[in-house]
Amino acid sequence: MISAGAVDQVFVTLKDWIVFHTPAPLQTLVSIVIEVATIIVVFAALFALTTVFERKGLGRMQNRYGPNRVGPFGVFQPIADAVKSLTKEDVVPRAADHVVHYLAPLVLVGVVFLTYAVLPVGRNMTAVNLDAGVLYFFAVGAATELAVFMAGWSSHNKYSLLGAMRAIAQMISYEIPLILSSVPVIMMAGTLSMVGIVEQQARTSGGLAHWNVFTPWGLAGFILFMIAATAETNRSPFDLPEGESEIIAGYFIEYSGFKFALFFLAEYLEMFAVSGLGITLFLGGWSAPFSFLGWIPSWIWFFGKLLTLIFGFIWVRGTVPRLRMDQLMNFAWKFMLPMTLIVIFSAGLWRFLSAAVVGPMPLGGVIRWLVCALVILAPYITLARGLERGRRIEKRVYRYAE
Amino acid sequence: MLGEGIIQGLVETARNFFGSYVEKDRLTTVQYPEQRLTLPEASRNFPFLLYDGTDPEAGLRCVACQICEKECPPRCIHIEKSKDKKPDFVGKQQAYPAVFDIDVAVCMSCQICVEVCPFDAIRMDKVYELSTSDRFGGLLWTKEQLSKPNEYYQKIHPLEAAETDERREKELAEAQAKAAAAAAKAAQAANPAPGDASGNGASAAAKPTTAVHE
Ligand code: SF4
Ligand code: SF4
Repeated sequence: MISAGAVDQVFVTLKDWIVFHTPAPLQTLVSIVIEVATIIVVFAALFALTTVFERKGLGRMQNRYGPNRVGPFGVFQPIADAVKSLTKEDVVPRAADHVVHYLAPLVLVGVVFLTYAVLPVGRNMTAVNLDAGVLYFFAVGAATELAVFMAGWSSHNKYSLLGAMRAIAQMISYEIPLILSSVPVIMMAGTLSMVGIVEQQARTSGGLAHWNVFTPWGLAGFILFMIAATAETNRSPFDLPEGESEIIAGYFIEYSGFKFALFFLAEYLEMFAVSGLGITLFLGGWSAPFSFLGWIPSWIWFFGKLLTLIFGFIWVRGTVPRLRMDQLMNFAWKFMLPMTLIVIFSAGLWRFLSAAVVGPMPLGGVIRWLVCALVILAPYITLARGLERGRRIEKRVYRYAE
Repeated sequence: MLGEGIIQGLVETARNFFGSYVEKDRLTTVQYPEQRLTLPEASRNFPFLLYDGTDPEAGLRCVACQICEKECPPRCIHIEKSKDKKPDFVGKQQAYPAVFDIDVAVCMSCQICVEVCPFDAIRMDKVYELSTSDRFGGLLWTKEQLSKPNEYYQKIHPLEAAETDERREKELAEAQAKAAAAAAKAAQAANPAPGDASGNGASAAAKPTTAVHE
């Protein structure tokens, strides 16, 4: 009988075994290579899976079949896509800055893969346990903006430049709420290490894990985080930088063949990475929500949560139409930013409403929950009212086009 | 309330998502190569040439008058008139096209050639799945490829074909009546000389009177 702990640690044990059997001077190198290769292979495979599931899911949401030709139920579609993008001609515009044009997709993919270094995908399964893991994640993640602008600028095309400028404006605007919404977690955990944050959430009391999402500030923070993450990864409804109907494909209009595939890959990897961060910060990382579910391996929990969040992304993409540029900016500065600040305040309140203030546990806990929820809900309602005031929805009259 | 509409939208898409697995009639996609819809009667794409009877050479209705060639807006019809003549359906001697090509890569399916043809010789087809690996020669259709029997036309456009056939039967009957009358007159007038009288009568009758009415 194999114990649950052994299954949980099977990949760690395997790696240790391989490293143990290599000559001593090579051990560090082999260990690094194994970790990097695993991250690249696993997340690239997840990308391939996601493309087909996204297309099938979107199809179902629009009452269509989605891809169903290549292989049973179309599951081999990614292979067909890969063959197609590899065999396509790689067109580089004559006016383009060739070096930068060539480097942009590589920089983007490289930078995105770097963010995975600090992501705890399971118990003891983090490539690098940095003390400033969250900070590192945001710092490296911000470098994607550079790659996007490299692509947009070097293509020497007005649409790609427009797309890149939109992307920069959007990414910088939403980076602020993204970081501010993760501040409460760091405040409560008292550490920037991703592993530390997860371990604190993995503790249980009364059978329930201490996931941040179970607190009012955690729930609100999680929602705000996911909205900002959607904008940060340029996914619909915030896909203005690549709005097909307005600026054709934005910054990757001049990319074809495999370079385009790399952009596509980087976009999805960014989505997985930021979902992984969301899981780590709010959904308890690799931990189980209830103590009696603890026997399920930690990596199954992580990837299960990741797939759930990906489904959420697909669901939102299938539902919400693209925003306008002014709506996007208004939303970031007039709604997201104040709400994240309020969530930080609520988290502070939560910290100081300890049992001594609100009374003993069952009732005191409920009071604390309600008070902190109210602190978030009341400004939300006021803000929503304020934003909606003066906006009348009428039948549109076309004066010239009839 | 801010966000309410988004929740409603999410519920709607979730209903579609799960519903499409349960209710089959939600999925309106026609799985094309396996399933096909029958085309409506009025559908059309490229022109073809009609012939009567079984021999596409002898029965070809086109008389190479080249009206369609001149009227075709993108100029995709190419006709070369024959040197010799052959009898048409009422027996009159007419020229025929030695070459009749349509470049379907250029044709815009406007049906103007059909409208202007005085001899009911050209009609619109319904065929699709015309892809070819030769983008020049494969899309230039010759007379042999274009010629199709009247039965085919009756099958793809039954209403139009019935109208055309009725008109042509009437024309034929009129021509035969005129020929008979002329023959009788000629016989009455002087010593019977049957050969050339019928030729004159038929030429008067076969004079085109109507184009195609849609
Ligand atoms: S359908 Fe129009 S374009 Fe095509 S051959 Fe006839 S006249 Fe020309
Ligand atoms: S108009 Fe009719 S008869 Fe004249 S050339 Fe064209 S198809 Fe032939």
